[in-house]
Amino acid sequence: MILEGVLDTLGALSLLGGTVFLALGGLGLVRMPDVYNRIQAGTKATTLGTLLVLLGAALIVPSWSIKLLLIMLFLMFTNPLSSQVLARAAHRAGVPPVASKDCLAEDAEDLA
Amino acid sequence: MSDTGTSTQTGLKTGPIAPPLRRLATRLFATLLLFWLMLNGSISPATLFTGVIVAGAIAVFFARDLSFLSGFNLTPEGIGAAFLFIGYFLKELVKANLALATLVLTPSLPISPAIVKVRTRLTDPVGRLLLANAITLTPGTLTCEIRGDHLYVHWVTARDTELDAATAEIVAEFERYLEKMYG
Repeated sequence: MILEGVLDTLGALSLLGGTVFLALGGLGLVRMPDVYNRIQAGTKATTLGTLLVLLGAALIVPSWSIKLLLIMLFLMFTNPLSSQVLARAAHRAGVPPVASKDCLAEDAEDLA
Repeated sequence: MSDTGTSTQTGLKTGPIAPPLRRLATRLFATLLLFWLMLNGSISPATLFTGVIVAGAIAVFFARDLSFLSGFNLTPEGIGAAFLFIGYFLKELVKANLALATLVLTPSLPISPAIVKVRTRLTDPVGRLLLANAITLTPGTLTCEIRGDHLYVHWVTARDTELDAATAEIVAEFERYLEKMYG
């Protein structure tokens, strides 16, 4: 009984922490100046935020924990990957980054 | 991740260092079965039976094509490095989020972005995927492109845009573990 209460509390805290990071990620999306910085804000916050939400769910319903662990694994593999592909597509489409130096554009000119 | 041209050149393990096909098949079978059982959350005879049949068939027919899943260095050293990697990665992920939180909550938005070039010594495709993912989830960096041995990384608070300095700061620590895991 006491253990259940402790797990519930920890789970709720984890859920809360996750949503805070997700909200900050949303704020980052609005405040950042260009697509690359926005992707940065979006990726990190959604990954940790979602991981914490899933962890919270696992603490509250322990019987789901194996499946939730698998979802976390898939998430850690695929979430950054999609961001990388988006960033690459943006750069290939010629979206200029707000940046002091752009090695990728310099090298692309060398190749061309 | 990479261009198809470069990944086929560097990614496939052929020649004298290629592990025997039977070992690839065994590893693939074990990986698939483990995922199947975790996904089902039970080891009832019916689940086990289906899993063994399907994983066995895939392992027999596709061991060579899916060999990129079997590049993990399955030794005590490799497994130890994997745990250290996960620990270090989670620490960096939390740091990344706290750094991002301070950044977006600071009214002046103190960023100095740049796209820098870094070098990697890893050759295994899954090893490279993990490196690119790890870079993306650590403070202020996002992998944009990979060409040959070079990764192009977008850096929100770029401190040094020189190749060697950026490599040391962004890649070196992860690569230390990944080299043992996918050496």
